[in-house]
Amino acid sequence: MKRAVSALVLTGLGLPAALADAAGAKVAVPDPAASWNHLWHDVLLDLFIIGIIFLAAGLYWVWKYRATRPGQIGTAPKLDKISAIGFAVVPAFLFMADDFYLAAKGWTVWNEYRDVPRNAMEVKVTGSMWSWNFEYDNGVSTTFMVDTKEGDGLVVPVGKPVVLRMTSTDVVHSFFLPDYRVKEDMMPGRVTYLWFNPVKVGETLATCAEFCGNRHSFMWTKVKVVSQADFDTWIAKKKQGA
Amino acid sequence: MSTASSGFKLSEWIFTTDHKRIGILYLIGSIAAFSLAGIMALLIRIEQAAPGPTIVSDAYTGGDQYNVWLYFHGAAMILGFLIPGLTGFAANYLLPLMIGAKDVAFPRINALSVWLFWAGIVVALLTFVVPDKPDIMWTGYPPYSITTAGNTALYVFTVHLIGFSSILASVNFLVTIIYMRAPGMGWNQLNMFVWSCFTALIIQLVFVPVLAAAVTLLLFDRYLGTHFFDPANGGDVLLYQNLFWFYSHPAVYVIFLPAMGIFYEIFATMAKNPIFNYKAAVYGGMCFIVLISGEVWVHHLYYSGMPDWLRIGQMVTTLLISIPVGLMTISLFGTLYKGSITFNIPMYYGTAALYLLLIGGLTGIPLAMTVMSVHLGETSFTHAHFHFIMGIFATFSVFAAVDFWFPKISGRMLNPAQGKLGFWLNFIGVNITFWPLFIIGVEGMPRRYWDYSQFPSHFAHYHKVATLGAFIVAIGMVLTISNWIISAIKGEKAPDNPWGSNSLEWTHTATPPGPGNFPKEVTVDADWTPYNYK
Ligand code: HEM
Ligand SMILES: [Cu+2]
Ligand SMILES: [Cu+2]
Repeated sequence: MKRAVSALVLTGLGLPAALADAAGAKVAVPDPAASWNHLWHDVLLDLFIIGIIFLAAGLYWVWKYRATRPGQIGTAPKLDKISAIGFAVVPAFLFMADDFYLAAKGWTVWNEYRDVPRNAMEVKVTGSMWSWNFEYDNGVSTTFMVDTKEGDGLVVPVGKPVVLRMTSTDVVHSFFLPDYRVKEDMMPGRVTYLWFNPVKVGETLATCAEFCGNRHSFMWTKVKVVSQADFDTWIAKKKQGA
Repeated sequence: MSTASSGFKLSEWIFTTDHKRIGILYLIGSIAAFSLAGIMALLIRIEQAAPGPTIVSDAYTGGDQYNVWLYFHGAAMILGFLIPGLTGFAANYLLPLMIGAKDVAFPRINALSVWLFWAGIVVALLTFVVPDKPDIMWTGYPPYSITTAGNTALYVFTVHLIGFSSILASVNFLVTIIYMRAPGMGWNQLNMFVWSCFTALIIQLVFVPVLAAAVTLLLFDRYLGTHFFDPANGGDVLLYQNLFWFYSHPAVYVIFLPAMGIFYEIFATMAKNPIFNYKAAVYGGMCFIVLISGEVWVHHLYYSGMPDWLRIGQMVTTLLISIPVGLMTISLFGTLYKGSITFNIPMYYGTAALYLLLIGGLTGIPLAMTVMSVHLGETSFTHAHFHFIMGIFATFSVFAAVDFWFPKISGRMLNPAQGKLGFWLNFIGVNITFWPLFIIGVEGMPRRYWDYSQFPSHFAHYHKVATLGAFIVAIGMVLTISNWIISAIKGEKAPDNPWGSNSLEWTHTATPPGPGNFPKEVTVDADWTPYNYK
C-alpha cells in the first residue's frame, strides 16, 4: 500500500522501483559499512580543516606575541560594538552551518542503517552471561560459548542483508560488529535491532561493547560469511543434528 | 595565611570556616583521590600492555580484579578529583577573593560541604577494604549493578555524600556571587573564572539531584526488592541510563566551564590583554551552555535502543554545542592576539591547553553524530576523546591553577625548572598514551577490556606504547606534585603580585591573604575590570 502511494507520488522514481519489487527482481541493497567509511573521511577532513585553522592561529600568536621585555603590556585593540557582535554572530553561523552539514550527512547514512532491506534474513540473537545464542527462521539455532569458544557462531550467506533482532537474558550487552561499523545494545525486556550487509565471504567477529562483568573482554563470537551453497548445506546439517 | 605564622594547629583546620582553608582541604582531598586513581590507571595500563593476564592472577579472576581498578579509577577521577578540584578547591579559594568578599555567604555550610566530600572519599576508599569490592564502573548500569556480587551500596553512598556536598556548595556560591560582590562591581566586570563557576554551579544545582535519585533507586532495587529497573517486573533498564546521563552529560560542563575559566585568567594575565570578546564568551558561550546542557544526554545512548527520532533530534542539539564552545574557544585564542606573553609554568599548561582543547573538542564531533558513534562509541576512540578533554585538558587546568595561584596561596614560588620538566613529561606522556588508543579505537578496540586476544596482533603494540606513555605521565605527576609540597615548605618567598595581574586577589590582598581577606573594604569603579592593563 505504502509502495503504491509513493509510486503515485513519485511516478518517475517510485514506479519502476515498485514494478521491480513486484516482479521480485533484485533491489539494490546499500552497504552501510562502506557509507560509514566514506562519511568518516568527510568528517576527518572537516575536523582537520577546523583544527588546522585554530592550531595555526594559536601557535603563530603564541610565538609572535611573546613578551620581549619585562613589564610590557598587550596592545589588543578594544572591540567596538559592531565588531564584537560580528565576531560572535559570524562564527556562530559558520559553526551552525558546519553542524547542519554534518547532521545532514550523518542523517543520510543513519537512514541506511535503520531501514532494513525487505529481503533481509532475520536472526534472533540473545546475549547472556556469557554466551551468544542465534536462532534462525527455520528453527535452527546455534550457541557460541564464551569460555570454551565452542559453537559455530553467527553464520550467514554472502550478499544477503542480515537483520538481527536482539535481546538479553540478564544484564546489558552490546552486539558490536567492528568490520561492519555497527553496534546496538541488547537488554532484558526490550528487543533492539541492527542490520548489516555481508558483501564478502570470510570470517570476522562480533564482540560485546557494553560492560557485563567478569568475562566482558572474552564475550565475542565468530561471524562467518559463506556462499549460499555452503550456507544451505550448513542449515541442512544443523537440522539433522538438532 | 596569617595563621601560618602562628604555627600549625590541627583543630584550626578541622573547625575552620575560612573559605581559603576549606579550599586547601578540598585540594588535598582531590589530589589524594587523583594519586590513588592514578595508581589504578597504571595497573590498568600494565594489564592492557599485552593480551592475556599480565598482572592479574589468571583468566578467570582477572576480570574481577581489573574491574575494581577501573571502577575506582573512573569514580575517583570524576567524583573525587575533577569536580572537587575545580568547584571545590579553585572556586572556594578564589571566588570570594575575586569578587572582593570577606568569605562565602554561609561559611559553616561551606565547612559542612568539605567534610561531606571527605566522608565521600573515605567511603570510596572502603572499596579496597570490603571483601565484595564494587565492580560496576563509575556508570553503575543496572541490571549488572543490581545482580553483581560486588558492593553497590558503596558506590551509591559515595555519590550521595559527594552529591550532597556539591548541592550545598552550589547554593552557597551562587548566593555569594549574587549578593556579595564588592560595591560597584557589575556583572560585566566579573572575572571569567567567576562567570564560569556561576554557570557551572547552576548546572550542578539543577542536575545533581537527578543523579542522586537515580542511584537511590538503584539502592532500593538492590537491597529493598523494588523493581524500578527490572523488566521482569514492569521496570525498565533504560530508565537508569536516561537518568544517569541526564546528570552526567551536564556534569562534563561542570568540569569544562571552570577549566576554561582558569585558562582565561592565565591567558589574560600572562598576555596582559583583556579577554577577547568577553560578552560573547560569557553570554553566547557559558550561559548558552547552561541552556542547552540538559538537551543532549541521548548522545550517550545512541546505540541503546532509544527511538530513532530522539537519536536524530539530540544529534542536532549535541552538534549545536559547538556554537557556545566555539565562541569560548575564539575568546580564549583571541586573548593572545597582540598580547605580550610571558611564558612560565602556568602559561606552559595554557599553551598546551590550546592544543588539548582542539583535539578533545574536535574528536567529540564524530561522537556527536549518531551514525559515527554507532561504530566509535564504547571503543578506545571514545576513551581517548574523553581523556583528552577531561583527563588532560581539565586535569591540566587544575595543575595550572595550583601553579598560577601558588604564590598567593603559599606565599612562596615554585621551583620553575622542576615545574617545567614535570610539564613536559606530562604533556609528552599523555600524547604517547592516548594517540595509539584513537587509532585502534577506529579499528574496533572496545573499552573496559583487559584482554583483547580476539583482535589483530598489532593492537598489542599500540597498547604497549600507551602503557609506556602512562609511566612518563606518572613521573611528570610525581615531579609536579612534589614541587608543590617542597616549595610550600621552603620555596623562595613570593612577591605580592609576581605575575603583575590586575585581578583583586592579587592587587588588594596580602600574600597569603589573612582572615577576612581584604585589609580594607574593596570598592571598584565603573571602568575597573580585572583585565584592564592599559
Ligand atoms: C594520564 C593519566 C591517565 C591514564 C593513563 C588513564 C588511563 C585509563 C585507562 C587505561 C582506562 C580504562 C580503559 C578501558 O579499560 O577501557 C581509563 C578509564 C577512565 N578514565 Fe582514565 N586515565 C588517566 C587519567 C584520567 C583522568 C585525569 C580522568 C578524569 C576525568 C580519567 C577518567 C577516566 C574515566 C571516567 C574512565 C572510564 C572508566 C569506566 O570505563 O567506567 N582518567 N583511564
Ligand atoms: Cu560485555
Ligand atoms: Cu555527554
